[in-house]
Amino acid sequence: MSKDVMADLKRDHIAKMLSKGIREDGRRFEEMRPITIEKEYVRSAEGSARVHLGNTDVIVGIKMMVGQPFADTPNKGVLTTNAELIPLASETFESGPPGREAIEIARVVDRGIREGQAVDMEKLCIEPEKEVWIMFVDIHALDYDGNLFDAANIAAVSALKSTVVPAKRADKGEDFPLPVAHEPISVTAVKIGEHVLVDPTYDEQSVAEARLTVATNENGNLCAMQKGGEGSLTADEVLRIVDLSRTIGAEVRAKT
Amino acid sequence: MGGTPLPDGIKLMDEQGRRIDGRLPGELRPLKIEAGVLRRADGSAYLEMGHNKVMAAVYGPRECHPRHMQDPTRALVQCHYNMASFSVDDRKRPGPDRRSQEISKIISEALTHVVFTEYFPRTSIDVYIEVLQANAGTRCAGLTAASVALADAGIPMRDLVASCAAGKVANTMVLDLGKEEDNFGQADIPLGYIPRTEEVVLLQMDGDLTADEFRTGLGMAADACKKIYDVQRDALRRRYVVADDGGSEGVK
Amino acid sequence: MPSGHASRVFIGITNLKRVNGMQRESSRETAREIVVPGDLLSGSGMKAGPGTYVDGGSVYAALLGIRSVRANTVGVVPLAGQYVPMRGDTVIGKIVDMGASNWLVDINAAHPTPLHVNEVPWRVEFGETGRFMTIGDLVLLKVIGVDELAKVQVSMKEHGLRKLAGGMVADVAPAKVPRIIGKNGSMIQVLKNLTGCRIYVGQNGRIWIDGDMDNILLAVEAIKLIEDQAHSSGLTEKVKDLLEKRTGKGE
Repeated sequence: MSKDVMADLKRDHIAKMLSKGIREDGRRFEEMRPITIEKEYVRSAEGSARVHLGNTDVIVGIKMMVGQPFADTPNKGVLTTNAELIPLASETFESGPPGREAIEIARVVDRGIREGQAVDMEKLCIEPEKEVWIMFVDIHALDYDGNLFDAANIAAVSALKSTVVPAKRADKGEDFPLPVAHEPISVTAVKIGEHVLVDPTYDEQSVAEARLTVATNENGNLCAMQKGGEGSLTADEVLRIVDLSRTIGAEVRAKT
Repeated sequence: MGGTPLPDGIKLMDEQGRRIDGRLPGELRPLKIEAGVLRRADGSAYLEMGHNKVMAAVYGPRECHPRHMQDPTRALVQCHYNMASFSVDDRKRPGPDRRSQEISKIISEALTHVVFTEYFPRTSIDVYIEVLQANAGTRCAGLTAASVALADAGIPMRDLVASCAAGKVANTMVLDLGKEEDNFGQADIPLGYIPRTEEVVLLQMDGDLTADEFRTGLGMAADACKKIYDVQRDALRRRYVVADDGGSEGVK
Repeated sequence: MPSGHASRVFIGITNLKRVNGMQRESSRETAREIVVPGDLLSGSGMKAGPGTYVDGGSVYAALLGIRSVRANTVGVVPLAGQYVPMRGDTVIGKIVDMGASNWLVDINAAHPTPLHVNEVPWRVEFGETGRFMTIGDLVLLKVIGVDELAKVQVSMKEHGLRKLAGGMVADVAPAKVPRIIGKNGSMIQVLKNLTGCRIYVGQNGRIWIDGDMDNILLAVEAIKLIEDQAHSSGLTEKVKDLLEKRTGKGE
């Protein structure tokens, strides 16, 4: 409760600083926090990455299992994305089944990977209508300082790129690297007053009126989007964030 | 444990008395502990023991939820042990199962013993243990990390709890079972121990042991806890001392 | 407490008091020995001070902190930990709820604390609390009592206590508050003089700062510097340097 109280007290302060063009941590409005990526962090997973986005700390692990395809996509692998916002990462997270916040993050990351066609799912077919690879993308938050959307997305893409499909173990031929075709990267921005800032910290996020996550691919095309928050955005603001996502996304992609 | 037939080609101990990962019977896996690794939590610790990777975080003392659990005379130490879905070879379904509930309970009890709970009536001290990569012995690794996280959070405590397991593999008593030894060994004894006071605060056993073997195993685990205890204390001190070597220390 | 402990004597609980700023400073002359819960502080002869407990006649550390010896007493100055209210503390609270005859105040402790209408400097009729202060208001209070069950009584009646309007609040780890205040208030005086801000330091880790926007930000920066380097020496000089460089004073 006390930490919530502080967030509330900071609101005013953050707004005052923004009016002077300053962010709490000294960043420019259009600047991401430092990103560090440790690939193959978990050896029990088929692919993994731990990502620090400033003080936000996320691990994504990829597990591959043999299973049945969906009836409408008999020759394609299956993608399942799940996020655990465990209470270790923040006093605002609770134990138990995933809440709405976790589900939203998982779905937005899922949409980026799916619609951005990050993985060539047809190559994950073992025998049409019978057997395909099921790809679990599990997002695990460790330390929460805002913008889990982008931290999880970066970790997911990095983890996919490090994934080796364990075909031998499952008696399905030789192991092979996961066929990653595209690298959809999301960039999230929030609106506070008349300001738009990318990659919000926890404090900035708790003050923000609206949020927009935009995922783009290498060719600059958009593949997923999600608006959040109770406030609104103007069309101009939306377009600005789209532009920011394309340029910043390209820089981030180079790091995965 | 016990009775599980060994797959062909797996030999838990060779003729020279070396274990499957090359260790001698009385040898621990390499241990590394770092305190204060998370920003949001009030206290935290990261631990690697062999291929185990465990994170522990402490929040509190804070208002106790659920309310009906509140104790007007003392704090509740509530541990939540959880395994990440990707921490094991076959993906674990997210969320608590019976095994993790049991582990959470016994770790809570072990930690309650060392915390001055009377000092924080009506509150909860929440301890979260996340197993990121599991390779046998995660409850011990979790308890060891959790005590460091509690001290890092500034919680008043009598002492730190160190933890490790002994067991029986290929008819030999050994320390700190690895994964294959856990799967195909004959017995496992996880121990939580306070070296200074020689108190046992967590103890389980499964498998088949003679009374003598058990006594030997308990002694081995207690001795190993002393080494682990030193690494714990070192991790806490290092957080506040300007590092001259920068690296973390391990035990052999 | 588990019955297995019956044979032991723990005087620690009553001794887990905070060490005040002055005592903390005086311990700096001796080597800064970092201790961990369970560390033996004194075999015999020394008295058990704050942050310690006694077992079998010996004094042990109950907290992660710095060993401090004063006269014949050995104690531990904590390096971390939540705010634990003590009688006499000045704290900065935020009103989080209201009743007909009290306000509920968050003082950064485990539980919110009621501020009764009898403990404010105004005469407040039953049901009229909202006319004086409302949810979200900041208040400077004094802790006037803590009972055995850690229930806290606060008051706004003493001189200087009041509702805080404007300004902003910075938060620091409660264990670092003595460093922000400094020996005999030396550090806080440097902050006030060189930034020109009005500053109140709550024992509960909240610091209220009011003044010109640039100066507030500078004060916050200095406070973060103190917090980050709380266990290094020569801190007052470092803070002076930072502030003088930024304000152009002292050049």
